[in-house]
Order: sequence, then C-alpha cells, then structure tokens
Amino acid sequence: MQNKEIVISVKNLTKNFGTRRILNDLSLDIYQGETVVIMGGSGCGKSTFLRHLIGAIRPDHGEVWMFGKNIAKASDEEMDEIRKKYGMLFQSGALFDSLTVGENIALPLREHTKLDENIISIVIKMKLELVGLRGFEDLMPSQLSGGMKKRVGLARAIVMDPAIVFYDEPTAGLDPVMTGVVDKLTIDLTKKLHITSVVVTHDMNSVFRIADRIVMLHQGNILQIGTPDEIRHSKNPLVQQFITGDAEGPISFVQQGDDYLEHLTSEIKE
Amino acid sequence: MILFLESIGKLTQSFFKESTQILLLLSQTLYWVFLGPFKKKPVSRKGFFFQTVFSGPSSVLIVFFVDFFIGMVLAMQSAYQLEQLGAAIYVAALVGVSMTREIGPVLTSLVIAGRVGAAITAELATMKVTEQVEALETISLNPVRYLVAPRFLALLIMLPCLVVLGDLVGMFGGYLIGIFNLGLSSGLYIDTTIEFLTVKDIMTGLLKGAVFSMIISMIACYQGLSTEGGAEGVGRSTTKSVVTSFILIIVADAILTAVFYFAKT
Repeated sequence: MQNKEIVISVKNLTKNFGTRRILNDLSLDIYQGETVVIMGGSGCGKSTFLRHLIGAIRPDHGEVWMFGKNIAKASDEEMDEIRKKYGMLFQSGALFDSLTVGENIALPLREHTKLDENIISIVIKMKLELVGLRGFEDLMPSQLSGGMKKRVGLARAIVMDPAIVFYDEPTAGLDPVMTGVVDKLTIDLTKKLHITSVVVTHDMNSVFRIADRIVMLHQGNILQIGTPDEIRHSKNPLVQQFITGDAEGPISFVQQGDDYLEHLTSEIKE
Repeated sequence: MILFLESIGKLTQSFFKESTQILLLLSQTLYWVFLGPFKKKPVSRKGFFFQTVFSGPSSVLIVFFVDFFIGMVLAMQSAYQLEQLGAAIYVAALVGVSMTREIGPVLTSLVIAGRVGAAITAELATMKVTEQVEALETISLNPVRYLVAPRFLALLIMLPCLVVLGDLVGMFGGYLIGIFNLGLSSGLYIDTTIEFLTVKDIMTGLLKGAVFSMIISMIACYQGLSTEGGAEGVGRSTTKSVVTSFILIIVADAILTAVFYFAKT
C-alpha cells in the first residue's frame, strides 16, 4: 500500500450481544482515498461492524480511531464534530418522508451551517447534478423509485463535503443497470472528491467493480483482507465459496449439526 | 403455578424498566425545551408550529362532537332524577361542574390520545423501522430535540385549549337540553351554571389537561421510537401507545382528583 494517511483505525474490536459474540477481536486500518468493501454472509456481523465505525454502537473491548479521536470513548460534543466529517448512505436511503428531496439534502446544511439560502439552493442543485437527478428538488420521497431514493440519500450524505462516506448495502434491491449506476457513482465520488469510501455489501459484481481492498467477515471474525486479485485467488475455502456463490461448501445453510434422521424421529413416541 | 409467578415477575420487571426509560425521555425532552435555547439549539419553530396545527385545530371537530353529546347526556341523565325532586334547575350546576372538573379534561384527553397519540406513534414508529431516526443521529440531529420536543410542546399548549372548548361545548349541550326539554329559562340556566362554577373547578380541569398531554406525548413518542420489527411492529406500538395512554390518563385522573378534592390535611 502506498504511504497514505490512515483515516480509520480499528484495534481489537469485540462486541457481545448478551452471551453471543458478534464481533471477535477485529483490527483494520483504512487509508485515505481508498474504497474498502466489507463483505460476508448474512449474520456475519458486517452491519454491526459498520455501526461501530460510525460511532452508533460502542464496543465492549477495543478502539475505533477516526480523525485522531477514539470514537469508542468520545463525548457527545466530540461526536457531533466528527459526524460532520462523514456521511452515510442507508440501505433504503432513509429519506425523511415529510421533507422534499431538496429539503432532505439541505437539512445538514441548514442545521449546522449559517449558509445563505441562495447558496444552499445552489448546493442542492450541484449535489443532485452529481447523482444524476437534476430538477428533482421539489419531489417528495414517496414519488421516487428505489434507485432514485438511494441517489438522493447519497446526495444528502455528501452535502457537507465529508472526508469519509459509508454505504450500507447500497445496491440491495436494485436492478443490474441501477446497480451499475450506483457503483459508478461510488467510484466517481471517490475519485473526484478524494473521499474514502467504506462499503458494506454482498453483491459480488459491485465488490469487484469498486473495491481497492476487500475485507471478508465470517461469524464475527476477519477471514481475509486483500486486493480484489488476492481475494479472487484466495486459498481459503470459505472465501472461495462466497465469491462463487456455491450453495455447497464449508459455509453451511443448515444451522445445526444434528444428525438428520435423529432430528426427524426425535419426537416419535413408542 | 411457577409459570404464573414467573410471568408476573417478568411483567413487573418490564414495567419498571419501561417506566425508567419513559421518565428518561421526559427529562431529555424537558432539557431540550427549556435549556436547548440557551445552548443555541432551540426546538424547531417550524416543526412546533406544524405539530400545533395538527394536534389542535384539526382535532376541533371530534372534540366538539364528543363533548357536545356527553354534555347532553349528562343533562338528560341528571334531569331524570332532579325533575322528580322539582330541582331541574340544578342540571345547569351539575353539567357545569362535572364538565369542567372531570368529563371535559378526561374525555377530551382520551379522544386526543386515540387521534393524536396514535398518529404520533405510527409516524415515529415508521421512521424508526425505515432507519430515518438513525439517519437523524448520523447527521448529529438529536431525535429527542427534533422529533419529540415539538410534539410535547404542541400538545402541552393545545390540549388545555381543547379542554376549554370541550367544557364550553358540553355546557352548551346541557343548555340545549335545559331550554328545549326541561323548559328552563335561558338566563336562569346560564346564571346557575356560573353561580356553581368556581375558579378551582376550571383550573384543576386545565391542570389535568396539561398533565394528560404530557402522558400522551411521552407514551406516544416512546412507543414510536422504541419500535422494532417492520410493519407489524408499527401496528403493535400504535396499539400499545393508545392503550397505555388510556390507562395512565384514568389513573392520573384518580390521583389528581384525590389531591385536589379528596385529601384531608
């Protein structure tokens, strides 16, 4: 890796929900300007991991360093300042139903800056242009398709010109063309705005299109971190099964290891 | 038997846990309402105004209907007894005092809990399950300041106003019964109503309205914001919000009535 600045540093992150260990001793450094994809099967802990990165959940053990602060222990005021420097795109866009598209995008500006309304109006148009939705300012979220909602969500995430953008399954539920559009936007933004992108997804086409590095999680552990090429040629059977989408393999879809016959007949009474 | 005790234990535990959470929400709401402005983070005026319009003027019609008919029923029921004693005129006194002390505040609040309370819970619950509440947090907008405080304030101001409306409308219903069914004279009916009303009756009624408004807004917001589980969760929260509000309003009414009218010093 080139000698770039580290923007996020995770050290020995561990999280339990009750007695279940969700994340187990995770460590990861994310560099400025790269696109890191976090992937894994359902229930591997990737959404929980993402929420630790944005400071929404605090770990039981370990540290999460962002912008020089350990956000696992930051105060509310410190978190407020840090949140202005990152943006997040939620799975369904999470647009505020009662506001128009323009009002949704401008909300962070109106609350955290003293910008003139005329300037805000221009910024809204600029961000909409970036995501390919010129002229949509006055529509309500309920009038948008799924793909449009995500693009507006992305416009809102970048309105404060953040240094990092987090994406939670950005292509979930989108058709292949729309997926390509969102992927292209992700790549363009990273290049044009020099931001760092952290994407949680399990859409393999997206992953190989956009990633500089890939982190594969499985049941709360990091299996492998590597470039797309390294992951493609991984010797780890779990990684290979995930990439190829094979239903048969070490990642089992049957949750328990019971003997099937015993399980079927266990309740038969003599 | 053990299962029965277990379930009582669990219920009590969750009751205390939820009560603490709701009181916590109340303290945060009061913080944003009273201390927020001093920290340059006041409650949004636009949001507050919108909520006021929604909970107040839009509820006038249903409050009018419910309280008007109850006022008439009160008059009819009491007239039945009082006429036989030749004391029909006291219908005016009875309707006036019961509307202002009890029926106005309690009935209006129950109606508002069903209308405004349910709507608040449904809206906040939907926002919760579509990640909008989480989105607010990532933009550093505190959900209590942005969502709960405007609704709390709006109801606090509007419900006593609606109670006043309900009181008047109920007394008007009784008035119509008195004039047209009981043959009482208009002037005498109004004079009797005023004669038997005390400031204490009206003030305790308004105070009850204010307390009930806090119950409705806190329960509605808490249930909405703690929803889990998609569309089914929204429905569950909304039902729980209305039922809990109803029960707590009646219990609070009993306590307040005892404090104002029953406690012997």
